[in-house]
Amino acid sequence: MTTAMVEAKGVRKSFGSTEILKGIDLRVERGSVTCLIGPSGSGKTTFLRCINHLEKVDAGRLYVDENLVGYAERNGKLYEMQERQTARSRLNAGMVFQRFNLFPHMTVMENVVEAPIHVLGRPRKDVTAEAQVLLDRVGLGDRGDAYPQELSGGQQQRIAIARALAMKPKLMLFDEPTSALDPELVGEVLDVMKSLAEAGMTMVVVTHELAFAKQVADQVIFMDQGVVVESGPPQDVLGNPQHERTKAFLSKVL
Amino acid sequence: MQQQSTIPTSGQTPTPTPTPDSSESIPVVPLRHPIRTAIAVVLILVAISAAWDVAANKRYHWDVVISFLFSPQIMTGAGLTLVLTVVSMTVGIALGTVLAIMRLSANPIVSTISRGYIWFFRGTPLLVQLIFWYNIAALYPVIALGLPFGGPSIVIGSANVLISPLGAALLGLSLNEAAYMAEIIRGGIGSVDKGQYDAARALGMNGGKLMRRVILPQAMRVVLPPTGNQVISMLKGTSLVSVLAISDLLYSAQIIYSNNYQTIPLLIVASLWYLLMTTVLSFFQNKLERRYGRGFDVSTRRTRKPKARTAS
Repeated sequence: MTTAMVEAKGVRKSFGSTEILKGIDLRVERGSVTCLIGPSGSGKTTFLRCINHLEKVDAGRLYVDENLVGYAERNGKLYEMQERQTARSRLNAGMVFQRFNLFPHMTVMENVVEAPIHVLGRPRKDVTAEAQVLLDRVGLGDRGDAYPQELSGGQQQRIAIARALAMKPKLMLFDEPTSALDPELVGEVLDVMKSLAEAGMTMVVVTHELAFAKQVADQVIFMDQGVVVESGPPQDVLGNPQHERTKAFLSKVL
Repeated sequence: MQQQSTIPTSGQTPTPTPTPDSSESIPVVPLRHPIRTAIAVVLILVAISAAWDVAANKRYHWDVVISFLFSPQIMTGAGLTLVLTVVSMTVGIALGTVLAIMRLSANPIVSTISRGYIWFFRGTPLLVQLIFWYNIAALYPVIALGLPFGGPSIVIGSANVLISPLGAALLGLSLNEAAYMAEIIRGGIGSVDKGQYDAARALGMNGGKLMRRVILPQAMRVVLPPTGNQVISMLKGTSLVSVLAISDLLYSAQIIYSNNYQTIPLLIVASLWYLLMTTVLSFFQNKLERRYGRGFDVSTRRTRKPKARTAS
């Protein structure tokens, strides 16, 4: 058995006195697509942010590419990592946000080459050539000189995907990538994600697009109130749900 | 299309010429504003008569103004005012940035120290601070580097020698300015969307790089207009240092008119120089604002089309 790209064991997270994650166990296999679905407030986004250590895990263990996220384990104790180490470990995963979060003061090209140049310290010439390939891949090869605000939401999100890919991550995290988009722009972003999945990228997607989940996901995980209620292949979880809460959620969404 | 007069005072009714190639366009007669036009005429008359009055009034002594405008004493004073402004603002902005980041620190001690600094330097008059630094030798006759609580120390020199009047002025102006700039920069940093931190962190940035590359350039847009205000008020605020007997622009003018009793003409000379420097600084402010507004105000990038007088 190969090791998983992401492995969570009893992951817990609280904000103040509110417990958001109440012990999450799951595995994301290499090269697979996992869709996290569930009602708002169920902890999907928080869990996704934990994978990238944008939120600290309070208890349990979360491994990404066999490395413990945010902590170093020595002599039976967990030591919180230095910020610099955490930043290094984040390079394994690329992240795409609901509200794009492109850098508005940089052009599209500058957005894409920023981190490879200034974080990885790679030569600008190589990075720019690669970035052009990525922009072509998301269908925006001619918009390198534009500023993000001059683009539509769908275009901005495709740039955000290219920006994350420029770091050559082993894993891509998508936090409701189409929720802030006008309905007619959702398709173009999902198409890019589909092609990424076909190319073999490991992906964890928080989404409300059940059609996308059904079509692309290898594994669908239904979360509610901070726990994993049900998980499995999409035809099982979406087509033949076993739990009442899953059924109730799907009947509202579908 | 015919070029029309844009001066509102022309009472002509514009006669739009129909353009032959766009037969669908309908001629539009712009709305006229007779009251606005009348007010504009009155204002122009008032302005002209006031200007004429000032120019013709012999008691302004314009000949004296012109003879002193480029006098070496005034020029040196203007130069010193400019140096005081540039140095104090530079130190003020640098220290203010540090204070702003400290103020936003998660460590309560660090943020409280910054808060205390800002509280103190904003809460006491600048004039008092300047006189305090000027008289620092009365409190600390000797300046030394050493360990606290009476530990061993290396004497650097007498405070009177080390802190000259100019040094006291720069110290006072810079430290005071830092407190104001800290609040302006804190506001700018606070205006940047929280998602920008997430995005930068997700790309592997941390601490200083995240601030320098992502947050501060965006904060600049919000920070610049009030900073321009600060620069201009600093330029004029430097005239306070005349209490420390530093011959800045205003003090130089005062020295001259205390000899020749031409008070008003010399104040005009000083004012003209202040105006000139303010104008030049505003020009640079505009350029900077445009530089850091890139990507935000999308409309400024597009070439403006000439206003069409016809609606299609």
